[in-house]
Amino acid sequence: MIRKVRNHLNPEEGLVFEISSPGKKAYQLPDLDVPAVDPAQALGPANVRREIEHFPEISEVETIRHFTRLSAQNYAIDFGCYPLGSCTMKYNPRVNELVARTEGLAWAHPYQPEALAQGCLEVIDVLERYLCEVTGMDAVSLQPAAGAHGEWTGIMLVRALHESRGNPRKKILVPDSAHGTNPATAAMCGYDVESIKSNDRGLIDLEAVARAANEDVAAMMITNPNTLGIFEENIDKAAAILHEKGAMVYMDGANMNALVGISRPGDFGVDVMHLNLHKTFSTPHGGGGPGAGPVAVRSHLEPFLPIPRVKRNGAALAFDYDRPQSIGKVRAFYGNFGVLVRALAYTLAHGGPGLRNATMDAILNANYVRTRLQDYYDMPYDSPSMHECVFSDDRQSAKGVKTGDIAKRLIDYGFHPYTVSFPLIVHGALMIEPTETEPKQELDLLADALIDIAREIDDDPNLVKTAPHGTRVSRVDEVTAARKPILRWRP
Amino acid sequence: MRYLPKSDSERRQMLDAIGVPNIESLFEHLPERVLLGRPLDIPPGKSEYDIVDYFRALGEKNATWPSFLGAGVYRHYRPVMCDVVVSRGEFLTSYTPYQAEMSQGTLTAIFEFQTMICQLTGMDVANASMYDGSTAVPEAALMAMRVTQRDSILISRAVHPEYREVLATSARSRDMKTGEFGYGTESGVSDLEDLASKISDQTAAVIIQTPNFFGCVENVKAAAEIAHRHGALLVVVFAEAVSLGLLEPPRDADIVCGELQSFAISPSFGGPFAGVLAAKEKYLRQMPGRLVGETKDSRGNRAFCLTLSTREQHIRREKATSNICTNQALIALMATVFMTVYGKEGLRELAGQNLAKAHYLGAALPRRFSSPYFNEVVVRNTDPAAANRALAGRKIIGGLELGRFYPELSDCLLLCATEMSKKADIDQVVEVLR
Repeated sequence: MIRKVRNHLNPEEGLVFEISSPGKKAYQLPDLDVPAVDPAQALGPANVRREIEHFPEISEVETIRHFTRLSAQNYAIDFGCYPLGSCTMKYNPRVNELVARTEGLAWAHPYQPEALAQGCLEVIDVLERYLCEVTGMDAVSLQPAAGAHGEWTGIMLVRALHESRGNPRKKILVPDSAHGTNPATAAMCGYDVESIKSNDRGLIDLEAVARAANEDVAAMMITNPNTLGIFEENIDKAAAILHEKGAMVYMDGANMNALVGISRPGDFGVDVMHLNLHKTFSTPHGGGGPGAGPVAVRSHLEPFLPIPRVKRNGAALAFDYDRPQSIGKVRAFYGNFGVLVRALAYTLAHGGPGLRNATMDAILNANYVRTRLQDYYDMPYDSPSMHECVFSDDRQSAKGVKTGDIAKRLIDYGFHPYTVSFPLIVHGALMIEPTETEPKQELDLLADALIDIAREIDDDPNLVKTAPHGTRVSRVDEVTAARKPILRWRP
Repeated sequence: MRYLPKSDSERRQMLDAIGVPNIESLFEHLPERVLLGRPLDIPPGKSEYDIVDYFRALGEKNATWPSFLGAGVYRHYRPVMCDVVVSRGEFLTSYTPYQAEMSQGTLTAIFEFQTMICQLTGMDVANASMYDGSTAVPEAALMAMRVTQRDSILISRAVHPEYREVLATSARSRDMKTGEFGYGTESGVSDLEDLASKISDQTAAVIIQTPNFFGCVENVKAAAEIAHRHGALLVVVFAEAVSLGLLEPPRDADIVCGELQSFAISPSFGGPFAGVLAAKEKYLRQMPGRLVGETKDSRGNRAFCLTLSTREQHIRREKATSNICTNQALIALMATVFMTVYGKEGLRELAGQNLAKAHYLGAALPRRFSSPYFNEVVVRNTDPAAANRALAGRKIIGGLELGRFYPELSDCLLLCATEMSKKADIDQVVEVLR
């Protein structure tokens, strides 16, 4: 029985171009207090455009209605559980939004003199120190704009370290359970990728690592807990094998929500890692960004960190560009500063003890969902779960219903789907990460929904295979979208 | 703790259901040697009031004076509507729109965004955003290398210095050779003769910026002719998006990339901003990043979805066009609202006001360069640092001391005036600098 949602007001809305008509306005500029300038005279007639063809022309009222109606077509954390595995869709505290808009922070220009920007520098300095403490690493750069950018920066640091020792090396080892960004990042950094098969428990196979580790290996990229939600209990041993050959251990921090306050990558052999502040540190996903992907390193990689670094200069903080071994700039200015403000606000709100409690509740929630579902869905790797659990659709696909169908049916029950068909080493994966910010009631609704769907598959599989039924659009034709791409509106 | 929504009795019920005595036993399988074994050295949690107060105090350590800094980050008025829309939880707290049925709001807005970027830039297709303008530049360079199967990039020294530095960092790891061509010491625009002498049949892309770092308007058509004559692509970068309200778009470019910070995105000490990458249709399959397309659902309704994802990392892994995953969706939405609020007439009028303010300032000071300029101007000054100090004494943030990036321009300041620059403040700047 669907308990969480009913059909409700479901607005249709055209594109902004379709509701435009000439002469409508939503703006008024202040009176110009200097003489007007003739654009053709100032810029040259050939440099002045005639008009912006078909650009919107709508009123203020229509603007708010347009975007509000569109917003009503989205699901969001504010509606309920978003059990996407590895994505860590947790509550986004609103005070973080407020403080990021503090005038002195939001309007600070990146080139204003350091003496007039001490507040911003302090945000960077304090957050770097807290993230060092959380990760057990020696230094942090907050500059990367997202997780994949942090990965790229991290592997560039590895490359720079090897180059400084005379040989950049040739390849990066990546477990077969890895996120797609890992091999893509390695390739972007000019490395070949070698996939390492996981063992039958879904974990790193130490023998496979030992076979692959040699002087051509620049680093191994490891996610811990891995994408099955299982802690890599031999990670320090894998690190020792790699270090023996001079290779580095990169940790993808996507799943750091399972470790904060409990275990630190710097203490189990990791040389370099990134964090996703838009996951573990609760900054909003915003429909796909902005994020922030700070990179944390042990001291041997610190000289290579992107410029500038923040350093203390007597009582004041200052930027340090004089770092001859740095890989250079990875992004203009100093990173997604506004995201850093939010992450710092989150860290202050929880404090050290609270961060650990959050991790504990994240583990509790994942294990509770696992317990409630394990009689209904197969679990190919049954090692203990940390912050997420991964089922397969083996039992359901025997009836012709696949994980993607179950995901679509879950929408009818008022939930966003879990992560579908990932990790690749599980056939037909259902990857569920509730996060710590889900109440027990919401978890029960989610578990009830998935149990109901399992029963529906026994009774009426077609109901599930044709879902969702209660949404304004259903089964969007992605094949045609890719075959005949329409990527913009035209009149 | 207020972000953790369970009571102790609920935790107890859940532990009983799982069949363990306490939460710690759920991770007791972790080897002792990897456990932290002590509390994190971070102070205990603070109240909401404490947090607001803390950041207010930090904000007060920064100057919030009138400012004439531009150089890639511009002070433009932010219409209230922009924050209203992006503060809606339905946008703010949603995930990447992989599940089209639950994400039509975000998908539709991105489709509108892609359309508006095409309209602004004169390109055929635009992606759903890049991290920012600086990181869009190496993505455009790599794209040009895939298209042309060549490995050299020529970039103008009049492109934002930090964008060039980011390109140089990218080039370290790839088979990418980067070279620079100069700018006219009198004109302030790219020296196309220098470009013509350096371009070769190995050049994948020529990269220029307009308005360039000095605020000057480049000759896109002439640069395109040189690039195309040698089989290279022309990449045109913009850092000041408001200029596109008035300037002829770079229709002769093959790829246009840039920074949308000017569209309602607060300076925020350098980010988060939103980059864009747009191109001619024929290069579509080599574009990096997410794209939204129009299609139909099973009932025949118009619908939108992420598309052409076989270019992307989650499908293609090491063969992807880029590793980009999370981009700047919410910031792109903010820019979309901005473009909607100003619209066709408003953006032009806004650009006109910027032009007027900057020219009021530039006309009163000794200009370093002769080319037409938009809302930034390079002025001569014997001691730029002293001039900025004098302005700070009047609680005005002056311009960028160009010697920082261009030793040959150490007697110059880059000043920016926008619709937010009041005449009285401009007059003070003129008084100090003249």
